[in-house]
Amino acid sequence: MSLAVTSTSRGRHYEALPVAIFLVLALAPLAAAFGAETYLLGLFTRVMIYGIAALALDFICGYGGLVSFGHAAFVGIGAYTAGIFSAHGITDMAITLPVALLVSALFAWLTGTVCLRTKSVYFIMITLAFGQMIYFVAGSLSPYGGDDGMTLKLRSTLFGFPVLQNDRALYYAVLVFLLASYLLCRAIVASRFGRVFRGARDNPTRMATIGYDVFRYQRVAYVIAGCLGGLSGFLLANATEFVSPSFMSWQRSGELIIMVLFGGIGTLHGAIVGAAAFLLLEDMLGGITENWKLIFGPMLVLIVLFARGGLLGLTQSLWERLRRG
Amino acid sequence: MAEPVPNPVLRIENLRKSFGGLVVTDGVSLDINAGELHAVIGPNGAGKTTLINQISGTLEPSSGAIYLNGDDITALPPNRRAERGLARSFQITSVLPRFSALENVALAVQARSGSSYQFIGRADRESALNDAAMQALTEVSLDSRADILAAHLSHGEKRALELAIALAMQPKLLLLDEPMAGTGPKESERLIVVLQRLKGRFAMMLVEHDMNAVFALADRISVLTYGRILASGAPAAVRADPAVMTAYLGEELE
Amino acid sequence: MSLTLLIVQTLNGLQFGVLLFLIAAGLTLVFGVMDFINLAHGVQYMLGAYLAVMFYALTGNFLIALVLALAAALLLGLLLEFTVFRHLYDRDHLEQVIATFGIILFLNQGVKVVWGAAPLSLPIPDMFAGTIVLSPGILYPIWRLMIIGAGLAVALILYLLVSRTRVGMLVRAGATHARIVSALGIDIRRLFMIVFGFGTMLAAFAGVMIAPILSVEPGMGDSVLILAFVVIVIGGIGSMRGAFIAALLIGLVDTLGRSFSIDILRLIMPPSPARTVGPAIASMLIYVLMALVLYFRPAGLFPAKGR
Repeated sequence: MSLAVTSTSRGRHYEALPVAIFLVLALAPLAAAFGAETYLLGLFTRVMIYGIAALALDFICGYGGLVSFGHAAFVGIGAYTAGIFSAHGITDMAITLPVALLVSALFAWLTGTVCLRTKSVYFIMITLAFGQMIYFVAGSLSPYGGDDGMTLKLRSTLFGFPVLQNDRALYYAVLVFLLASYLLCRAIVASRFGRVFRGARDNPTRMATIGYDVFRYQRVAYVIAGCLGGLSGFLLANATEFVSPSFMSWQRSGELIIMVLFGGIGTLHGAIVGAAAFLLLEDMLGGITENWKLIFGPMLVLIVLFARGGLLGLTQSLWERLRRG
Repeated sequence: MAEPVPNPVLRIENLRKSFGGLVVTDGVSLDINAGELHAVIGPNGAGKTTLINQISGTLEPSSGAIYLNGDDITALPPNRRAERGLARSFQITSVLPRFSALENVALAVQARSGSSYQFIGRADRESALNDAAMQALTEVSLDSRADILAAHLSHGEKRALELAIALAMQPKLLLLDEPMAGTGPKESERLIVVLQRLKGRFAMMLVEHDMNAVFALADRISVLTYGRILASGAPAAVRADPAVMTAYLGEELE
Repeated sequence: MSLTLLIVQTLNGLQFGVLLFLIAAGLTLVFGVMDFINLAHGVQYMLGAYLAVMFYALTGNFLIALVLALAAALLLGLLLEFTVFRHLYDRDHLEQVIATFGIILFLNQGVKVVWGAAPLSLPIPDMFAGTIVLSPGILYPIWRLMIIGAGLAVALILYLLVSRTRVGMLVRAGATHARIVSALGIDIRRLFMIVFGFGTMLAAFAGVMIAPILSVEPGMGDSVLILAFVVIVIGGIGSMRGAFIAALLIGLVDTLGRSFSIDILRLIMPPSPARTVGPAIASMLIYVLMALVLYFRPAGLFPAKGR
């Protein structure tokens, strides 16, 4: 996969970037207080939430070579778990979050069992199909709003306390989840498990003849990514106080891939940058014209044709060119 | 002819493989004993790689049975065979291009030591894994290239790396599919020396076109043509076999 | 669950299946020959429908509109091939997916800008309007039968083209041994263009044929595209025969599932939950079918040889 950037031999100057990203995210609310606070806070909350999902996708895609075109399904599952519980008056995240993660994991395990028996394009198509399945199922849940979705009565609580009610509290909670997800993915990638997973990307046949059951490792990774997708959805439901099938439409899955691509595949922190780039761009272009997709679509084509390695790759190569003079 | 040993490391019984109407492996039976280096030679298309693929489990035989240390492994997937001590190298170099030489080997060591379902702790800093990997690299004289990405190694070095990966698996049986393929004369010589050093530590099956290598290394030779074993025996006997001479060796051995 | 309804819904299922085949056939051809995954195939179906509506408004004649729409769709398709797709054939699948996704965003929005977001419709040609009596008490719209007939005819033509002509031979060879074909000195670029243009026409044809019974709206190609993926995954990528059988299978299972799931569930549970659960299960059926097929045959029902 020519897009995937080498993950094992990253330079040291990359280390500063993740730190900077999280610093900016941690300080953003303070800066936002001087501007359109609600708007900026909301935007950055969304960036971080999609960042979690994109991070998960980058984990399987960039390190495992598994291009999933159905990752929004997990976001939807997480969101609907929160939504359905809330519709029945259960909002305590001590209950709802574990269930959301569990359901996501279960869905990942089941669909992964089928998807991972196949390769490359099959994998793309099948994940796409399963994503669509969940989308239609959500749309058919008439007690929970059907195609229109439903609003949440209340954000999640923790042991009865409305800890996420305040937008700023929600923001920092999401930041903590993002940081934890990022650190988790980083640890896994470098771990024994991650090394096997990365090896399976490079050469599954070789890994099998060394003695690894590649399928099982990939499935575990797929479940991990699914859980993080679910977490993202769970947070999204809380942030928007709304769930709808559109959370898991196949376009959303496509957008997640685009975020990963924007940030440069196989870097993890790039996924966060990519999520920010995508959402800001969407916001910006959307501000110019309601037909922003007329601009964005061709942009994607141009990026694929001319800018390999994503935005970070692009800036990095520009930077190197500048430094060399 | 070597004396039959009661429990060979590898026993193949009447193995057959056909693709549609084409029979590629046609009733092959052979044994490889502990510490023995058994060479399989034959013209291109004789079915040598197909045979290795069936033994290593990447290809399912149509009929017949394969035993490793007396256990029937015919139905096991490749990874389970590897767990039981079967290692192989590939005719077309098969390493992990984006991993360093050391990590390529360390992954093989890791497969043999403890669980790989460990999600924290940096695998590349586990000295137990790295030390064992380094040892295997040293055995194939690749220790000075440990930190180079496999993709950047020369062809001969990649062949050696394949061997190191196999060694790190502490195999009971090593299948070598044309380890000299595409290497220059100097590198071939080097590999022969390495293999000579390894001989006797475990059973080996060597598929090779390089007759210098085969006759320098083999304890026994089987000649495969059209998926069948034409002759099998000690190198001298095989060399003298008139059927082999006409079918295959003729020109190369005067 | 009367017999009449069963017959009518079976025909509907066939009609849906035939439609899916028209789309999947182009997709699987293009993928089989060029190893190119074209997400934008669905918007080409949508364009076919929109172009037919436009040309019908201009000419007032369905047949002329059909021909013009096909020609225009072909031109647009070749324009896309020339400007974008051509540069993607040797890229990896992820890049192909992203670029063609960009095309989808553009065209879906573009259609909205040009023709508006509101659904449009195309009248059924007078000749084929109305229903016929299949047997006493069973009426069926003639146009739907036309679609079935046209689809089967296309399937037959495709079969003949692929099995009897030189281009067809190259297509078959290309589906399994693309590199060998190009090594033989065949102008692979031209072959790709022919195949791609042909696939585009098939999708557009499906769009035109379905336009009279479906609302023509932006995004109409998206869900059909995914179903077409399901079809070729079940049928085996690159296999025309597999696509045909899988398309009919999916069409029937989906249509019958949606019509009868509630009734069937009511046999085992009270009406109220059946009404809730039924549609959810019905919408999952084809994907579960896909999962089952893949679990037992990861390469699909009729895997193209050599893949």
